[in-house]
Amino acid sequence: MDNGQLTVDVTKREPAAPEGASSPEIDPIDTFVRRHIGPDADDVRAMLEVLGVDSLDDLVDQTVPKSIRLKKPLKIGEPRGEYELLGELRTIASKNKIFRSFIGMGYYGTITPPVIQRNILENPGWYTQYTPYQAEIAQGRLEALLNFQTMVSDLTGLPLANASLLDEATAAAEAMTMCWHIAGAETSNDPRKVTFFVADDCHPQTIAVVRTRAKSQGIEVVVGDAKTADFSSGNFFGVLVQYPSTDGRIVDYGDMIEKAHANGAIVVYATDLLALTLIKPPGEFGADIAVGSAQRFGVPMGFGGPHAAFMAMTMDHARKMPGRIVGVSKDAQGNPAYRLAIQTREQHIKREKATSNICTAQVLLAVMAGMYAVYHGPRGLVRIANSVHEKARLIRKELAEMRYCVPENNFFDTIYVSLNGEGSITGKARDLIILAQKQGVNLRQLSETEVTISVDEATDESDLDSLLLLFAGFANSSEIAPGTHASLEESSLVARQSSFLTHPVFNRYHSETEMLRYMRTLESRDLSLTHSMIPLGSCTMKLNGTSEMFPVTWPEFGQLHPFAPGDQTRGYQRLFKDLEKWLANITGFAAVSLQPNAGSQGEYAGLLAIRAYHESRGQAHRNVCLIPVSAHGTNPSSAVVAGMKVAPVMCDANGSIEISDLKLKAEEHKDDLAAIMLTYPSTHGVFEEDVKEICKIVHSHGGQVYMDGANMNAQVGLTSPGVIGADVCHLNLHKTFCIPHGGGGPGMGPIGVARHLVQFLPGHPLSAQHAELNSVGPVSAAPYGSPSILVIPWVYIALMGGPGLKRATEVAILNANYMAARLEKHFPILFKGKNGRVAHEFVMDVRQFEQSANVKAEDIAKRLMDYGFHAPTMSWPVVGTLMIEPTESESKAELDRFCDALIAIREEIRAIEEGKADRSDNVLKNAPHPAGVVVADHWTHPYGREQAAYPAAWLRQHKFWPAVGRIDNPYGDRNLVCSCPPMQMEPRS
Amino acid sequence: MSSTPPAQYRYLASHEWHDLQGATVTIGITQIAAEELTDITYVGLPKIGAAVRANQRFGDIESVKATSDLYSGVTGTVTEVNAELAKNPGLVNSDPYKAGWMIKVKVDNPAEVQNLLSLDDYLKKTGHG
Repeated sequence: MDNGQLTVDVTKREPAAPEGASSPEIDPIDTFVRRHIGPDADDVRAMLEVLGVDSLDDLVDQTVPKSIRLKKPLKIGEPRGEYELLGELRTIASKNKIFRSFIGMGYYGTITPPVIQRNILENPGWYTQYTPYQAEIAQGRLEALLNFQTMVSDLTGLPLANASLLDEATAAAEAMTMCWHIAGAETSNDPRKVTFFVADDCHPQTIAVVRTRAKSQGIEVVVGDAKTADFSSGNFFGVLVQYPSTDGRIVDYGDMIEKAHANGAIVVYATDLLALTLIKPPGEFGADIAVGSAQRFGVPMGFGGPHAAFMAMTMDHARKMPGRIVGVSKDAQGNPAYRLAIQTREQHIKREKATSNICTAQVLLAVMAGMYAVYHGPRGLVRIANSVHEKARLIRKELAEMRYCVPENNFFDTIYVSLNGEGSITGKARDLIILAQKQGVNLRQLSETEVTISVDEATDESDLDSLLLLFAGFANSSEIAPGTHASLEESSLVARQSSFLTHPVFNRYHSETEMLRYMRTLESRDLSLTHSMIPLGSCTMKLNGTSEMFPVTWPEFGQLHPFAPGDQTRGYQRLFKDLEKWLANITGFAAVSLQPNAGSQGEYAGLLAIRAYHESRGQAHRNVCLIPVSAHGTNPSSAVVAGMKVAPVMCDANGSIEISDLKLKAEEHKDDLAAIMLTYPSTHGVFEEDVKEICKIVHSHGGQVYMDGANMNAQVGLTSPGVIGADVCHLNLHKTFCIPHGGGGPGMGPIGVARHLVQFLPGHPLSAQHAELNSVGPVSAAPYGSPSILVIPWVYIALMGGPGLKRATEVAILNANYMAARLEKHFPILFKGKNGRVAHEFVMDVRQFEQSANVKAEDIAKRLMDYGFHAPTMSWPVVGTLMIEPTESESKAELDRFCDALIAIREEIRAIEEGKADRSDNVLKNAPHPAGVVVADHWTHPYGREQAAYPAAWLRQHKFWPAVGRIDNPYGDRNLVCSCPPMQMEPRS
Repeated sequence: MSSTPPAQYRYLASHEWHDLQGATVTIGITQIAAEELTDITYVGLPKIGAAVRANQRFGDIESVKATSDLYSGVTGTVTEVNAELAKNPGLVNSDPYKAGWMIKVKVDNPAEVQNLLSLDDYLKKTGHG
């Protein structure tokens, strides 16, 4: 081929070429399918040869039961090019209109420090890691999360904060259920405590989400004025107030807290971190719990998310805290080390005894918010807060001078304006809102005659000018009501006296150079997809393509307020419509809701839809949920949160549902059967042959079939929940559809439903698009969950097209079967389908080594770190085993490298078995080996340093050093420390 | 490795031992249970004066591996709780029958203890006999 052939002038293309015909020269060059899928055609051929199969089709035929295969190809369109598609997306994005937002309601303009945007939000070293279960190779993120917890704890004045929750509204709902359980635990003889009080000046979306949760749990909600509320009946187990309130007032709830406590009620504050830099924090009033959103700490509004919500509380009920908590422990050498604390509280262990189904945090966003505090420090934050407050005061003063009624003088950033005051400008709020929109300004309408104006960090002088011009214009065209105009009072904020963020980490990195290096130091302690494959079974750590990530930080997607009017969000609406259509096609369902913010929320929303469906048919008593014992622990905990009773179904030795037991249980519960929750392919990585029959049995006993979409990536383009016979399914967009794991969030868990359930999808009181959905309330604060990351699956699906998506599924199955074939000569592979094939993941048994060599799954996991790899999923679904999922994105070379590492470890185990290595002092038991251990002057082990740190040749090219030695988990759980430790404990000094 | 549970104690199949002295029963968990749980990190106990009922939950226990409920085999009032466990929950692992005790209950009916499992029955019921 000479160069001339490569330069094709498309303008001189022969017009006679028939449509659809193409020559290699003019085929698009920027195709994506081959970039997303790891193995190329040669690799695929070589891997098929190892399996003894002629083609990918044959492999799929041997793996996926014929009875459930799709009859028609996906209706998604053909694969597209990255450059070309991003061009189209820019056009779509331009249909989103960025107005000056003064809406507030928990969402504010913020300035993401560019150094944080580029080095965290846009950096695969920070967004492609997995949840930090393997703490030794996640110390950077864990430190960043500890910063976040310390920040939340300091600002709220409460000692224990978690590592973030999904959004403020769900955090409030979590707080409510936590109070409920605490009350239940301590007053089990007091059945009166069934009521939760919610102040009527909480954000409306918070009240709505709390109501949804309360209904499913059988909790009564009373909404009213918290100042005058009477708790003396003793019925109230908890109280929720907003501080500052949704209309901006800062109320002193000291007396209310005393009254609530005297009557056995726990007090929850929904609060604002920026305001808390200036005003007295909830903990100092005596509040028990604080929740809120850290969005305005540098995380774009994104039309509703993703953001990190927070929860902080007193130490009394630490073990009731939902979500993840980072804590300090020590490693094998006695150095301080971070890891997730008191894990056994979590849903995946407690199953139906869990008090929350929360799994995911919003790690990436919590890291950003924490870094925002590191970057600005306490003084910088106060300066920002003061500036916000000054801007608000200025507006109020100007409005007062224009004779607007602005009676509230105790506020932080939100000014309340009445258009109905004596001696003041009067008019209709609606008219003002419309006039504002004409001028590119969004205000919040509180009622027919009230509006609020919320200012923020990003509000600049020109914004203030437009705002004042708007109000001046409206005043000119309006009447002034008779009466005396009230004079303006001075702000009387109860100023915060206590110090906060005194830890050195918040006072050290304020120059960009220092900040950059701090973030890079932490990043270098984390193993991410930028280093090597992360073969976590069930977690699907596939490529998060750069083109998919680009649009996330486009301002047209980032700077929209979730309650902006529909005509400003047409770009998003188009994106949602495409995505809903595509996901409905992929799942074989009638409709999709994009609202649930995580897989667990999808499960909850899906089960609520099922409950509402039964209710609508006069069968509200149907509340039993069948769950196979092999199911992930989130399933039973979601069922409990949705108000159902769990009945376990037995599984056979293959992890598949035992049909005989299912029939028995279905028959036993035929009068109150609500649903079954099943995972497909099964959690054991097998395409069960009987899945259609399972659905039939449940349906014939009056139940609905909920499919856990965790393994959807093995179905796309080959089969679908709809074809299999399910009624609802959630999709983990962060698994199958390329949203990065972000080191433990964000995720998204949309649900697809069959036609009869469409009307029971989650609604939202503040969204016109959700007006027809009114039987089930919202499950997330924002109508579309976390919209700014929905661009990721949109780009992925559009780039891959129907054929590319199907190919991805096939190669995922190929990769898993290839690895299983290579590894089964060294380790037993536990579960296979009837033709001896695994699905897209497989379970490898290592339990035999405990007897033979005193080696456990954990030892192998830690030893893999020395080889530069993240461990597979450990001890799930079977205790003591490893579950491997390679995904389609890993090349044959990387799969081989990982297999080589495991095989080399097998030989290390053999050396122990054969007595050539010590049973307790060996490379596995002492793994991982951090640099400090290997280079120490003192070396006492019977094996060499070389073998410890460089057991494979490729490590000479690139070595990822674990930051610490093996972490002592019991120590940390027995000595709970969940905020930044004093500096002398840190290895740096 | 397990030391045999004391023969004079009475048991629940959920692994709690009961030692009756006069009208007071001391309750803890057996070494079998402690070993199954592995490293115990937290023991949640009732307050002094709390009422406990036979075969009902009185607290919870956490290890690095699992969380479990703790059950009482007797009905009565809690007169003492082992405050040491708050600082050192590992005592349940290292010395389950002595230093790792959990609560003392003044029982309404001391004869109730005799209804609980004997050591042999406990071992048989839990598959260790």
